[in-house]
Amino acid sequence: MSSTHSIVGKNLRKVDGFKLVTGRPAFTDDIHLPGMLYGKILPSPHAHAIIKRIDTSKAKALPGVQAVLTYKDVPRVPHTTAGQSWPEPSPYDTYLLDSKMRFVGDRVAAVAAETRAIAEEALRLIEVEYKVLPAILHIEDSMAEGAAVIHDEPDSKGIHDAQRNLAGYILKEIGNVEDGFRDSDLVIEREFRTGRQQHCPIEPHITISWLDSDDRLVIRTSTQVPYHTRRQVAMILQLPVQRVHVVKPRIGGGFGGKQEMLLEDITGALALATRRPVKIEYTREEEFYMARGRHPQILNIKMGVKRDGTLMANKMTVYATTGAYGSHANTVQGNTGSKVLPIYRTNNMRFECFVTYTNTPVAGAFRGYGCPQGYFAQESVMDEIAYTLGMDPVELRRKNMIRLGDIDELSAQLGEGRKGLPRHINSCGLPECLERGMAAIDWKRKREEYSNAKPGGHLRRGVGVACSMQGSGIAGIDWGAASMKLNEDGSFNLHFGAADLGTGADTVLAQIAAETLGVTLDKMIVCSGDTDFTPFDVGAYASSTTIISGGAVKKAAEKVRHTLLRIASKMLDVPVDNLVCQDNKVVTKCPCEKSVTMEDLAHYAMYKEKVQVMENASHWNPDSPAPFCSQFAEVEVDTETGRIRVIHLVTAVDLGVAINPMQAEGQSEGASAQGLGYGLMEEVVLDSAGRPVNPSFLDYKMLGSKDMPKLTTILVQTDEPLGPYGAKSISEIPINAPAPAVANAVYHAIGVRFRKIPIRPEDVLRALREKGKN
Amino acid sequence: MNSMQLNLTVNGEAKHWAIAPGDLLLDVLRREAYFGVKRGCESGECGACTVLVNGKPINSCLMFAAQAEGCEILTIEGVEQNGKLDPLQEAFLEHGAVQCGFCTPGMILSAKALLAEHPDPTEAEVRKALAGNFCRCTGYLKPVEAVLAAASAYRARAVGPRKEKASQKSKRKSQKAKVATR
Repeated sequence: MSSTHSIVGKNLRKVDGFKLVTGRPAFTDDIHLPGMLYGKILPSPHAHAIIKRIDTSKAKALPGVQAVLTYKDVPRVPHTTAGQSWPEPSPYDTYLLDSKMRFVGDRVAAVAAETRAIAEEALRLIEVEYKVLPAILHIEDSMAEGAAVIHDEPDSKGIHDAQRNLAGYILKEIGNVEDGFRDSDLVIEREFRTGRQQHCPIEPHITISWLDSDDRLVIRTSTQVPYHTRRQVAMILQLPVQRVHVVKPRIGGGFGGKQEMLLEDITGALALATRRPVKIEYTREEEFYMARGRHPQILNIKMGVKRDGTLMANKMTVYATTGAYGSHANTVQGNTGSKVLPIYRTNNMRFECFVTYTNTPVAGAFRGYGCPQGYFAQESVMDEIAYTLGMDPVELRRKNMIRLGDIDELSAQLGEGRKGLPRHINSCGLPECLERGMAAIDWKRKREEYSNAKPGGHLRRGVGVACSMQGSGIAGIDWGAASMKLNEDGSFNLHFGAADLGTGADTVLAQIAAETLGVTLDKMIVCSGDTDFTPFDVGAYASSTTIISGGAVKKAAEKVRHTLLRIASKMLDVPVDNLVCQDNKVVTKCPCEKSVTMEDLAHYAMYKEKVQVMENASHWNPDSPAPFCSQFAEVEVDTETGRIRVIHLVTAVDLGVAINPMQAEGQSEGASAQGLGYGLMEEVVLDSAGRPVNPSFLDYKMLGSKDMPKLTTILVQTDEPLGPYGAKSISEIPINAPAPAVANAVYHAIGVRFRKIPIRPEDVLRALREKGKN
Repeated sequence: MNSMQLNLTVNGEAKHWAIAPGDLLLDVLRREAYFGVKRGCESGECGACTVLVNGKPINSCLMFAAQAEGCEILTIEGVEQNGKLDPLQEAFLEHGAVQCGFCTPGMILSAKALLAEHPDPTEAEVRKALAGNFCRCTGYLKPVEAVLAAASAYRARAVGPRKEKASQKSKRKSQKAKVATR
């Protein structure tokens, strides 16, 4: 495995690290374009309304205003903003600008002006008369008889049942759960609720767009999906794809929020209208309700077990809301079933899901992609079953967990919005994740110590566990390509469409290439995520980049290696099979010790053979290998203030082979922090009119450096046959289970089950008061 | 629109800029191509726009440029000296403390101010110093480790190679702090 490698498995510095620590201009906003205008979007003040009259004349008359666009000025093309492979499984229910407003923050109009202040003033001068409609803010109300219809327009496509506000509906069953419940000794059914988390990348969404000297629309943008964005913008603005050029510079975090064509269409429309460069950047406030968030869900889960803990049936029914538009509606919710239920074996599984429209901010892709909701519910019920049966919660999981060699058929039924492919478990480190996680948290001793702690004092401690799995790319759909070119100094241009958004993809993919070619990492010149200069890639999502884009890079590098060896064979007059690439040279395997440096080889190729060594390759996988994770939390609950203090979070994760262990740990630590925030504090709260109450970092609390618990990250490395050098994925999975691990630890500490996240101090106090009464 | 002259020092260079009275320091610095000063929230909550004003970390989005008259400003662009990275920058790279890198300039500057006053900080002191810099990528562990490592490097540099033995004690202390985080 990794021990035989010289580049893979090493904690090398990021290839883009130097420019980031020195503050070099690298991000979308780090350019000045002559004549650049500032764009602003007028957000709807109403959750549900129709524009009866809109008058932009005063705004247009304001000196410095170059364009004001409303629905009257732009093409009406139904589309989805979800950055997914064509044909997108999300409904086409969104318009560049529309006469109907479906949430507070929906686009009323857009302006471009010489300064930001003028643009803001222009927004105030737009006169709008609304017919306000009844707003649906809660999942429970959306499907009720006589509820207002949010998508009553005739031209939207792909909505499951617009009249019932149902963006999507999913029903999949394996075996028969009712039979399973009948055969069970214990059946537990519970309801859970999850909150509206926001991605909060420190760099808000930003797009700068202009027409280049060939009249092509250039879009420099903070995106995870350059190629999908190009296709979608071309369709919406009715341009040929060849007239759109999307550039992804460095990105200041995305977490799924930038797997979305969000500002590119409207910025492009303003650039076309003014023929000037236009920039739109969301303010932090706008980011909270005009960008995307995690789908809130109500989950009903029913699990049946035998007395010995054997799982007999698992049934999950989910009511989710996608907000006003169905971005990622079906696929996020499909994941809540397909990547959650199968972690425990049973012949009887049923997953049903209603994805509703409400007049609330739009949900979308968010790290974990439906799994954090599902695992909060499932892992909480698993814990309750263990307590009821008097089993150790780890033992119950061990007894039922998916194993090496298993085939997960639920995944086959729940593909990317259509029938997918069965998932074969060909690498599985979950037993080791549990083993090493238990040791790291000192599970047995703390279970016993805290269980036997005498009540008294206001600080109570507990430990809890939760497990999860994820995927590595979307089977049969995700694909990416890479190309490589040799330069005369023995360096290589490595081009791929994959989108590094701070994840370290450029580094990890360069490590794969360097390993394959036997050269040092500094020989790689990486260019990524540019639709003119790099080949296609679906983009950064579904934990796909290392395994899918990395697979393409490895193939391209192997082709280059083949060519290099052929040329070296000629130069050294030895057969190809006697040659290997290593240490920036091609060397003989035999004791004759002949060698040629990459630099000399490149000169020979270029000036003697007159050949550009250059190759490309594409890659997709027929399966989505699952990474596995166990997370253990130790908490201290203050029964006087209700505060839950997480003392220690252990994450043991099977990611396949870690291409760069240090960066993999970083992914896990960051995901853990977001997962803890999801469980304990992060929630965009709406008032009774659908307006966000807390759209700022002051009122929407994330964990800061002082709030973080001790983190222990354990990389459990397995060798995945489908992964480049055995790699699976890491970026999403550790966000799935901090919330249930903490909730289970809280139960251990104070004997109260919390079935709604975030679990706030006031929830704890209320529950303790209730408990005291009984 | 620009009606005032601002005289200040940025990264050791005297600057004389025409500004408007209401201009924020963040906007003026970015206008002058100090792009390492990041815009994250414009309300002093995220710390991405942190610069050192006379050695103190300040959210440049909360300060009028005019208030910087006569001040010495340090941005991330001035941290690297003669093409050589600062030990903090080296440590951030070496410890994997940079992910997207958007909060990195602010973190490094907050840490630089801390180390100038407390060359041998505890882990808690480092966490306190970084509390004004939100990072959504790292979970803070690796940035904290990087700052502790940089503190050792600074001290080793300050005492010089001959006196390194004397600093062994304090080095051990930060080693211990590091262990406690893992």
